[in-house]
Amino acid sequence: MSSLLLIIVGGVLVNNFVMSQFLGICAFLGVSKKTETALGMGMAVTFVMAIASLFTYFIQRYLLIPLKLEYMQTIAFILIIAVLVQSVEIVLKKTSRSLYQALGIYLPLITTNCAVLGVAINNTTAIEGGYNLIQSVVNGTAGALGFTLALVAFAAIRERLALGNMPKWMDGFPGALIGAGLMSIAFQGFSGLIH
Amino acid sequence: MSDQKRLGEIFRNGILDENPTFRMVLGMCPTLAISTAVNQGIGMGLATTFVLVFSNLVISLLRNIIPEKVRIPSFVVVIATFVTIVDLLMKAFVPALSQSLGLYIPLIVVNCIIFARAESFAFKQPPLASLVDGFSMGIGFTISITLLSAVREVLGSGTFLGMQVMPASYHPMAIIIRPPGGFIVLGLLMLLVNAVVKAIQKRKAAKAKEEIA
Repeated sequence: MSSLLLIIVGGVLVNNFVMSQFLGICAFLGVSKKTETALGMGMAVTFVMAIASLFTYFIQRYLLIPLKLEYMQTIAFILIIAVLVQSVEIVLKKTSRSLYQALGIYLPLITTNCAVLGVAINNTTAIEGGYNLIQSVVNGTAGALGFTLALVAFAAIRERLALGNMPKWMDGFPGALIGAGLMSIAFQGFSGLIH
Repeated sequence: MSDQKRLGEIFRNGILDENPTFRMVLGMCPTLAISTAVNQGIGMGLATTFVLVFSNLVISLLRNIIPEKVRIPSFVVVIATFVTIVDLLMKAFVPALSQSLGLYIPLIVVNCIIFARAESFAFKQPPLASLVDGFSMGIGFTISITLLSAVREVLGSGTFLGMQVMPASYHPMAIIIRPPGGFIVLGLLMLLVNAVVKAIQKRKAAKAKEEIA
């Protein structure tokens, strides 16, 4: 139980995907202009990442390892993620119209969100022999929640910045990057939480 | 002649006008994550270039065979294949570098630069042009990431390619090689590069005006 707690605190705060591991930066810079869209993207990523952790665990454990095909991991995982994203989209479209409208446009973007592939690979390499099933899913979900936290907080900052009096040459990406840097300094403060 | 000129233009495009890092802002994850040391920057740049060149070439050769509807999964498979090749090659020949780049080598698969070039260039253009495009984009990425990692390594650890370059009295700014430094240095470099590119464009426009007059 305490190991799960460590994974959660580690994933959300200490090893935050965006702020200290640089995963999912494209989405982080791309959809952080409004808090609403940021929240939508964060929820979509959390959803996909939890399922992807589950599926890639089974693929790794019952397909790649028994067949000694571990070197095919990258190809297998990215295909699984692409298929998964597509099927989540189809299922949502059929079953939950409102959720689909909320998350729909973000779903295709998630295939190339490196945080999803990153967490799947990380699950197999984080500790000797890889995380077990529960640890994998918890790690994926916690990482995605950390991503959401960073994304929404950053979107809130950018909303404020847009109203403020930024020098013209700082507009756009350079200003956003420097803002992200300052936010990352804040996240560094969590690094003493676990050893 | 015009063919050569066109290839030259494609080449220039990737390095300057559409530089993937500074102008298009693509492939940010590896750029920020591994630019803490110059050798990692060069290694990552060249690995990405290898994948870009070959995936562009193969996708261009297959562009009339791949149906429009399944092009994205097809790109994924082609790109993932070359990433696996580069991953295994690096594990075999440069194990230390492969260790320090770690997770970010398999993550080349989801580098948006490669997808962007496959979708917007290789799928529509003949093989030779695609090959040149892949190469120039790769080199543009390598130059950018090397520049970023040079700044970060010199300021953050006082070394360049592992050799001491700053005087012994220099106290390295540790924050620069920590994650926040990555964001801030990249932001500042982007400001600088944008200013330079803008100045070049302005001069070109002024020159063109003069010629017309």
